[in-house]
Amino acid sequence: MADSEQATKETLTVTLDGKEIEAEPGELVIAAAERNGVYIPRFCYHPRMRSVGMCRMCIVEIDSGRGPALQPSCMVPVSEGMTVTTESALTKKAQDGVLEFLLINHPLDCPVCDKGGECPLQDQTLAFGPGESRFVEEKRHFEKPIAISELVYLDRERCVLCDRCTRFAKEVAGDPLISFIDRGNHTQVNTFPDDPFSSYFSGNTVQLCPVGALLARPYRFRARPWDLDQVESTCTSCAFGCRVALQSSANRLVRKLGVDVDPVNWGWLCDKGRFDFEATNSDDRLGGPLVRSRAPGAAGDGAGELAPGTWSEAWDRVVEGIARARLRPGRESIAVLGGARLTNEDAYAWSKLARSVLGTDSVDAQLGDGLPAEVVVGLPRASIDAACGADTVLLLAPDVKEELPVLYLRLRQAVVERGLQVVEVSPVATAMTPYTAVSLRYRPGEAASVVRAVLSGDQATGTDGPADERRRAGELLRAGSLVCVLGRPSLAESAQPVAAAAASVLDALPEVTFLSALRRANVHGALDMGLAPGVLPGRVSLEEGRRWFADAWGSLPSGPGLDAHGILTGAAEGRVACLVLLGADPLADFPDRSLARRALAGAGFVLAVDGFLTASARRADVVLPAAVYGEKGGTTTNLEGRVSRLHQKITPPGTARTDWMIAAELAWRLGGDLGFTSEDEVWDEIERLAPSHHGLTRARLASAEGFDGLLAGGVPEAGDRDAPPTMSQADSPGVLGAMRHTKDDSLATTGMGHDRHPDPQSGSEPAGAPPGLAAAEGAASAGGSGYADGGTPQEVRGDGDAVQASVATETDQGGSDAFRPSGGGADHGSAQRPSPLRWSGGGATAPTPPPLDRYSLRLVSARKLYDDGTLVQRSPSLAPLAPGPRIRLNPGDLSPLGVGTGTKLQVTSGQGRVVLVAVADAGVPQGSALVTFNQPGPGAADLIDSDGAVTEVRIETLGGAGGATS
Amino acid sequence: MARLSAESEELARTIIPRYPRSRSALIPLLHVAQEQDGWVSPEAIAHIAELLDLTPVEVLGTCSFYGMFKLHPVGRYVVGVCTNISCLLLGGEELLAHCEARLGIKAGATTDDGMFTLEDVECIAACTDAPCLQVNYRYFLNLTHEQADALFDDLRAGRRGDEVPEHGTLTRVRQRIASERWSGHGAEGLPVPPGQVR
Ligand code: SF4
Ligand code: SF4
Ligand code: FES
Ligand code: FES
Repeated sequence: MADSEQATKETLTVTLDGKEIEAEPGELVIAAAERNGVYIPRFCYHPRMRSVGMCRMCIVEIDSGRGPALQPSCMVPVSEGMTVTTESALTKKAQDGVLEFLLINHPLDCPVCDKGGECPLQDQTLAFGPGESRFVEEKRHFEKPIAISELVYLDRERCVLCDRCTRFAKEVAGDPLISFIDRGNHTQVNTFPDDPFSSYFSGNTVQLCPVGALLARPYRFRARPWDLDQVESTCTSCAFGCRVALQSSANRLVRKLGVDVDPVNWGWLCDKGRFDFEATNSDDRLGGPLVRSRAPGAAGDGAGELAPGTWSEAWDRVVEGIARARLRPGRESIAVLGGARLTNEDAYAWSKLARSVLGTDSVDAQLGDGLPAEVVVGLPRASIDAACGADTVLLLAPDVKEELPVLYLRLRQAVVERGLQVVEVSPVATAMTPYTAVSLRYRPGEAASVVRAVLSGDQATGTDGPADERRRAGELLRAGSLVCVLGRPSLAESAQPVAAAAASVLDALPEVTFLSALRRANVHGALDMGLAPGVLPGRVSLEEGRRWFADAWGSLPSGPGLDAHGILTGAAEGRVACLVLLGADPLADFPDRSLARRALAGAGFVLAVDGFLTASARRADVVLPAAVYGEKGGTTTNLEGRVSRLHQKITPPGTARTDWMIAAELAWRLGGDLGFTSEDEVWDEIERLAPSHHGLTRARLASAEGFDGLLAGGVPEAGDRDAPPTMSQADSPGVLGAMRHTKDDSLATTGMGHDRHPDPQSGSEPAGAPPGLAAAEGAASAGGSGYADGGTPQEVRGDGDAVQASVATETDQGGSDAFRPSGGGADHGSAQRPSPLRWSGGGATAPTPPPLDRYSLRLVSARKLYDDGTLVQRSPSLAPLAPGPRIRLNPGDLSPLGVGTGTKLQVTSGQGRVVLVAVADAGVPQGSALVTFNQPGPGAADLIDSDGAVTEVRIETLGGAGGATS
Repeated sequence: MARLSAESEELARTIIPRYPRSRSALIPLLHVAQEQDGWVSPEAIAHIAELLDLTPVEVLGTCSFYGMFKLHPVGRYVVGVCTNISCLLLGGEELLAHCEARLGIKAGATTDDGMFTLEDVECIAACTDAPCLQVNYRYFLNLTHEQADALFDDLRAGRRGDEVPEHGTLTRVRQRIASERWSGHGAEGLPVPPGQVR
């Protein structure tokens, strides 16, 4: 027993500068001191990296029982009864000495150094250092800044050799492309000649460097720290949602820094997220509406020129276009495409506008490049921490390093540091492959059969991977807690096989939870806000939420609308009279460019709402200028459903406005009223009406608790990691896909002081749980069968009191818990808050791909981090980094053609023909061909047939086979 | 001046599995490269990086830490004349000046015929026999200027080949170690867990 008491002793007592403090076993002295308000100066220590004791700046007097001695506090863990003195004369002398040594070779070119003003070396020299140097000899010299990558400059003279950048590159990024070279006085950080530091995470080293030795090209000489203004925000360059500080000078964004939040990014950013703010400043931004002139005699469609117009001209044309469309019957006469660029508030406003004013359910925030909305919204969710803390992760996703870079960092570190087992099922090798326990390849279209073979342990089915690999994968999936990271591994095959694979996993292993790996900015927020056909705000289905939202909004479309593919097909066939592009550029982002092109030509009236004149916006009849990232506040939702705040830093150009304002004004011009006049009011309405967001009040989001963002929909929060990994729903194994809570679900226990639920039944709900969810839980645990079929809608209660669609103006700034009825005082107490949609895979079947043809290859298409996207291409520092379109083939498929890497090949599919540079790549299985998606120039989108389950391509050498190079 | 030859690579592959972590074979492999070319070329560094699943800069970082790995071509004979305190007192500086004059190069340089590289080195732990020098780390003690001249003449004429091998020649890593004494992952052909490689 004594042993276990020892083992469970939670804190140690340490005397710090004469005061007794509590410290945790294993905690470093420097960290324990900091937690207790004593800052020990340091250069090399970083809480997210291993201590190395390089700089000796943190030396303090430590007595662990053998008398006081100077020791580096970043290397010494606390021990019981230890005495630490940080302010003794001896300590001060040591710090003074360390700084004098560090400054011996430091050039002190502060006046021309970007770091000056925020430099730890300056600050600590002032606070702890000698006033003067006794060094009169020549300092060491290096060539002044050298470019160690396209984005980062290194001034070796300023380097204090703290090993932060090099440690980061190796330990955190896994890209050890910089290292200490030479020795002693000559030691320098550098790359190998001709092997630049081209890491997707290189910008972090600039932020980590405690001096001005590492500088980022986009920020160099742009501003001085004391000129900067900053707000905290969330990065929306992908869906991971890293926390950032957004800094500006003279109303231009100049820098984005990573902020450390434990559940998400740990302070890291990828270089795309860090630097693509340049696009916001670009000259390409739309500062006013564009209206297509009416060509004499022509009825529209491409005729006439887009020219600057006034807002009222633009509105007149929009209202006319919509009015004409409203005369046309059919569920696709008006369709809204896009919305992942929007904030939650914007997305909600457009969702409400589309349903209640435009009368259409044909809305889709995804561009045929994700997964069906009900899959994303309806699967049981896992948080990022749950994935990194699981026993096994099943990776059924595209290359996370390319699409969600910081998720890659987190997963990689979980593998390397705590032995997370990763089972990957993917069409080609990815950056995660070297870190997996098992990595299985599947031929496009056959994901589901490979996953089923793994799950069933059946050696006979499935086509790829040796049988024992599959067996081992199956064992790992069953070995303990499992999180499936689910995305769209390839744009050249339909989403069905992946959805079917997910359904099989859920069926075989009902305890599994899912972390979405969709990449697009706020796509999860947009789906949560109902920007998907058949889905209403708060993750409820159109049918389940019909009563509730009809009460609140006035009216709803009668049936589900079309998704992106359906909308574009409808437009191509002339059935869409009005197409709204909400920051969507289908010509670039829809997998099938030919369909996108035909759709834009065939749509009656096209309205684009965008910050930039994209290729698709160029074809619109009216383009309305929208505020973009950094120019608007609100909230965004990351891939785990974490809602976190955005903040406005600069003003939008010209008369550009936020998307929700545009929606509100459009509603008004069409004779409706969305009922809100500020972002805050939109959020309050979301919080009130969207079941999954109930309880996420503005006050909570703005409080300390909301600093990291708050998970919507009752996903277990960080810190629940110690809870049994299978959650507490063991009593309801039959509940497929139900939201799972832990007992101490933080959503249920914090900030939810009293029940806000208008439903008379609310008293029967578990105290404090979000009503809609609690109802679901209650139903599930009461009968164990409430949703046994995976999605029986809850009975709609209430007596149908009509509720006006408009919302009262804001009365309680603090986000009070008092229930406010929408509209002029009518109580919204008639309909029961609908319960969230669940997806159990019912009916998810993978289409059977056509039989293999030995002359053709199956196309795989995936993105690279730097692509032809709107933001990357308008960021001068990033645009050149897009590698360009390539076709990667297994050497076994390439060599029979008698050519190798670098040769141009003609690639033909049923959709088109392009010429691409070939690369031999053993990571691509034989029989498949990988073409990077959305790179500058012709590429995968010209080959992919979005109507087919898979795309087959033929490869020929140029000049051979008739040399048909059209 | 190139990547490891087939023979060197084969030797490298027998060395790697002797270690629990392949990275530990880095210094022995650098010796193999230096033996092959007399110095460690960038191509050899890149090749070693491939063999050990490291990046070239990691190999360079280690390689450049050690003064005895040469990152530039050196002569067949690297002559290090000690000028530290004991040798200085007994004529080390004069010996170095004499060598410079005799070879026609400054310390740090290599003769045009690629025979000699001259270095000014710190104490080589032969103070009792100062002044002294090393040729490819073989000692020549209590050296007069005439003896130095004779040494250079002999080396140039190839008369001391058995005593002083070419720069980079190894003995240690050429030991054959029975495979049952290997401790590395390569011994069982197991894949290397990613966390362990680096
Ligand atoms: S790194 Fe800091 S101390 Fe050095 S020159 Fe720049 S501002 Fe000055
Ligand atoms: S460049 Fe900066 S971060 Fe890297 S070792 Fe030098 S001082 Fe440290
Ligand atoms: S911070 Fe402790 S040695 Fe650098
Ligand atoms: S001083 Fe020359 S060998 Fe020691």
